[in-house]
Amino acid sequence: MTVLDRFYKKDRSALSRIISFIENREDGYLELLSRIYNISSNSYKIGITGPPGSGKSTLVDKIAIRYLEKGFSVGIIAVDPTSPFTGGALLGDRIRMQDLASRGEVFIRSMATRGSGGGLSEATREVAIALESYGFDIILIETVGVGQVELDVAGLCDSTVVALVPESGDSVQTLKAGLMEIANIFVVNKADREGSGRLVSELRLMLESRGQKQKEGWILPVIKTEAINGVGIDTLTDKIIDHRKHVENLYTQSGYREKRVKSELITILDRKIRARVLKELLEDNSVDSYVKQIVNGESDPYSITEKLMRKITI
Amino acid sequence: MEQKFRILLAKPGLDGHDRGIKVIAAALRDAGFEVIYTGLRQTPEQIVEAAIQEDVDAVGMSILSGAHMTLFPAVMKLLKEKGAEDILLFGGGIISEQDAKKLQEAGCGRIFGPGAPTQTVIEYLKDTLPGRRKRESIL
Amino acid sequence: MSDKFDTKVETKGDSKEIARAFAEAKRKWQEDSENSKLKLNRKFTTVSMEEVNPLYTPEDTGGIEEVGPEYLKKLGFPGQYPYTRGVRPNMYRGRIWTMRQFSGFATPKETNRRYHYLLKAGQTGLSVAFDLPTLMGYDSDSPRSAGEVGVCGVAVDTLKDMEIIFDGIGLEKISTSMTINAPSSILLAMYCVVAEKQGVPLHKLTGTLQNDILKEYIAQKEWIYPPEPSLRLIADIMEFCTNNIPKYNTISISGYHIREAGATAAQELAFTLADGFCYVETGINAGLDVDDFAPRLSFFFNSHLDFFEEIAKYRAARRIWARRMKEKYGAKKELSLLMRFHTQTAGCSLTAKQPENNIIRTAYQALAGVLGGTQSLHTNSMDETLALPSEKAVTIALRTQQIISEETGVVNTIDPLAGSYYVEALTDRLEKQAEDYFDEIDRRGGVLKCIEEGFFQKEIADSAYHYQLEIDKGERIIVGVNGYVHEDEKLEIPILEIDESVARDQIAALNKVKEERDNDKVQRSLGELKKVIKTNDNHIPALLECVRCYATEEEIVNVMKSVFGEYVEPPII
Repeated sequence: MTVLDRFYKKDRSALSRIISFIENREDGYLELLSRIYNISSNSYKIGITGPPGSGKSTLVDKIAIRYLEKGFSVGIIAVDPTSPFTGGALLGDRIRMQDLASRGEVFIRSMATRGSGGGLSEATREVAIALESYGFDIILIETVGVGQVELDVAGLCDSTVVALVPESGDSVQTLKAGLMEIANIFVVNKADREGSGRLVSELRLMLESRGQKQKEGWILPVIKTEAINGVGIDTLTDKIIDHRKHVENLYTQSGYREKRVKSELITILDRKIRARVLKELLEDNSVDSYVKQIVNGESDPYSITEKLMRKITI
Repeated sequence: MEQKFRILLAKPGLDGHDRGIKVIAAALRDAGFEVIYTGLRQTPEQIVEAAIQEDVDAVGMSILSGAHMTLFPAVMKLLKEKGAEDILLFGGGIISEQDAKKLQEAGCGRIFGPGAPTQTVIEYLKDTLPGRRKRESIL
Repeated sequence: MSDKFDTKVETKGDSKEIARAFAEAKRKWQEDSENSKLKLNRKFTTVSMEEVNPLYTPEDTGGIEEVGPEYLKKLGFPGQYPYTRGVRPNMYRGRIWTMRQFSGFATPKETNRRYHYLLKAGQTGLSVAFDLPTLMGYDSDSPRSAGEVGVCGVAVDTLKDMEIIFDGIGLEKISTSMTINAPSSILLAMYCVVAEKQGVPLHKLTGTLQNDILKEYIAQKEWIYPPEPSLRLIADIMEFCTNNIPKYNTISISGYHIREAGATAAQELAFTLADGFCYVETGINAGLDVDDFAPRLSFFFNSHLDFFEEIAKYRAARRIWARRMKEKYGAKKELSLLMRFHTQTAGCSLTAKQPENNIIRTAYQALAGVLGGTQSLHTNSMDETLALPSEKAVTIALRTQQIISEETGVVNTIDPLAGSYYVEALTDRLEKQAEDYFDEIDRRGGVLKCIEEGFFQKEIADSAYHYQLEIDKGERIIVGVNGYVHEDEKLEIPILEIDESVARDQIAALNKVKEERDNDKVQRSLGELKKVIKTNDNHIPALLECVRCYATEEEIVNVMKSVFGEYVEPPII
């Protein structure tokens, strides 16, 4: 019996192995993905993002418990950064998910970014496919939260929750470019702290002033939570469910699904093709000779790029 | 891509002395491992479940409370029951040489005493882990 | 230029004033010293039979002018503000520190037998070590207790166990130190009910409850509930003891475990004192007068390898505590300003390799504690990195203290390192580092917020890692570990093992108590307790009732958990 056979029989250790197979980019992983890809999967993917210290893991923990209580099965992907210097990583999100970890119905997988930016590991998308195919009703994806823009998560998830804390008040300014656009729901966590009221009104004001209070007919809610004490989690879960209805409604409109699939396809192509081309370039060591030419003043990066671009044919 | 080894570090039992395990966690991270730290007071069931979900290459446990002769065998037994005995179990703490020997004879990996240089642990894992997990055909 | 000149003039102008103040302080010290009831019956001479003065000051080396006004401000005399040189005017000339070795093991019956032996041998105080299930609020029959019952200390499940531990020991005659934190009020209640049954009035009880939950979140990690309800339990204890057991030390604020977790000397000092101030604020916020409870706060420090740094740490600690208690918290009683502390040598400095060397390490650390003016001392046994200490190792550890006291002559004179350029500079540096940390803690919103954010934990973990890296790289040599290593080293230390029958016997005893007690009464008392802890009323009276009807520790803890919840640590690595 292959691991995939066991996977279809809902063997968790097989799911684990398949995730590693994908994560390690072992030979045949694209074939594996094509086998398990399911366009009409019923899984619902929720992304949780936000700056460090905003309590993302605790939010995930509490949201997951609510879904479990409603009888859904839950899979979780928690992403932490890989050190660019050593290639190692410390994945500590499980500590925050103690309540969950001891429950049988939930599956938690920690992943390191392994060198890809954007807050999600490059393989996260594919790992999510494995969890979908395995049949989890709800998939929660927690991003790194290194304070940078984490646009990936929005492309991958159906609902994106952006978590902030009163202390990140001044970072509202820095949010405008990225997190603002990807959020479907804002959470002001640790709301018992000073400044939470101010943050809520600042957020609302900013959404108002930038005409982003609503997106595709969805009015962006700002919810106060104290995740550690379970406060506000019911409201948050209800909002996620509302947003799900909204998204499902969008899917019935013509062109919406196509738009999502197109974006997904382009993302995948972009990564694979780029990786492939760079690999070819680097393998024949020609890069070194180009570098030499540039250093010696015989050529420049743009002429070389143009020359190489012409070489690429499909 | 160079093979990444994933290590689960856990503290079973009731003692809260996590200095050693945190030092090891930081050292393994700096040596290029992916380290999953699950925190204090994990039961053997929680540790084995996490090891399987995270599909780790090794589980390291630190025990300073004297309960090692109960906890190491419990984890070994569960790993076996779940068909995951190819996951290396190693450890450290206040564990006498006699006890360490008994555990190793029962199939446990190395047991490091207090003050073991982090480099020794790193080298041990780098030597032991390659090729240790059983290969299964995926497709 | 002119500023500098002015200062000089000012100092010069003050010099007469300084001399007068110095003479006055000295006169007071001499008077206090002579009036002290404590006098050691001993000769204070060197091994060469030369007289030694009880105290040396700048007068002995060329006059007070040399040190200027700073002397009285920063050092002063022993038993005088800011107590840098010691908390009592005559220090060890009055009484040697208490040699308090921490012990407790296996079943209550065996521990009782050991205590009778120790008391017969002349010991006047007991120090109870509980096993991990007791420290964590689990009964011996809990699945979480597997392998841990009676291992690191004695197992206590119900009042019955406490009755056995103190069977035949009059609680009015001994002082009992109990190392218990998260469930401290339960064990205190059991102790009180044992006294009740012996007919001993509570106000006659003396002893110390460790009861320092903050350092558990920071370092030792033996917590149950979140910080805020834990502090409320502590406030209840402070209030109950102030009114009923006035001679009982309610909290032993501990830096020991913070250091063991990897903190530096400055971090140990700063975080421990910050915890202390947090308790003071807790007491004040609970409506108590600072002078009613502060005299019952004591401290517990580590003594690590760096000899002079440790000594400076204790001196700085006394000075900071006195100053803040007086200036910030408005304490008026002298006893509120005095930092009395227990010291334990650093377990984390001991090595598994060449374990006999640990005797020497411990001796230097113990000496640092004594030169730093400790009130009591525990010396570690050489085999503690290998297993529970054996009888022989424990005896050598005690002998180490006796040699310091009887043979080295360091007790002859008070604070002998005062005036050393190095030690004074270190003392100032540590004080400054601690003050900087206090500022940072304030900036971050106080001790509780720092715990929640993992600030202390992160600082400590970083220090621990850097220390280990220094050793690994050979930048710091530990004898027998990364230097002077013996190949083929043979271990020749006997190892003590705890029999598995301990857990079986303890569980059988627990089952018997559960059969014999009135279960309806137990449920009612637990229900009452739950009602009380939901209010702001003091929970101790209701707790005493639960204990009286033999509710188990875990049953009581579960009631509290149901109201307070359980603590989850922030993931700090």
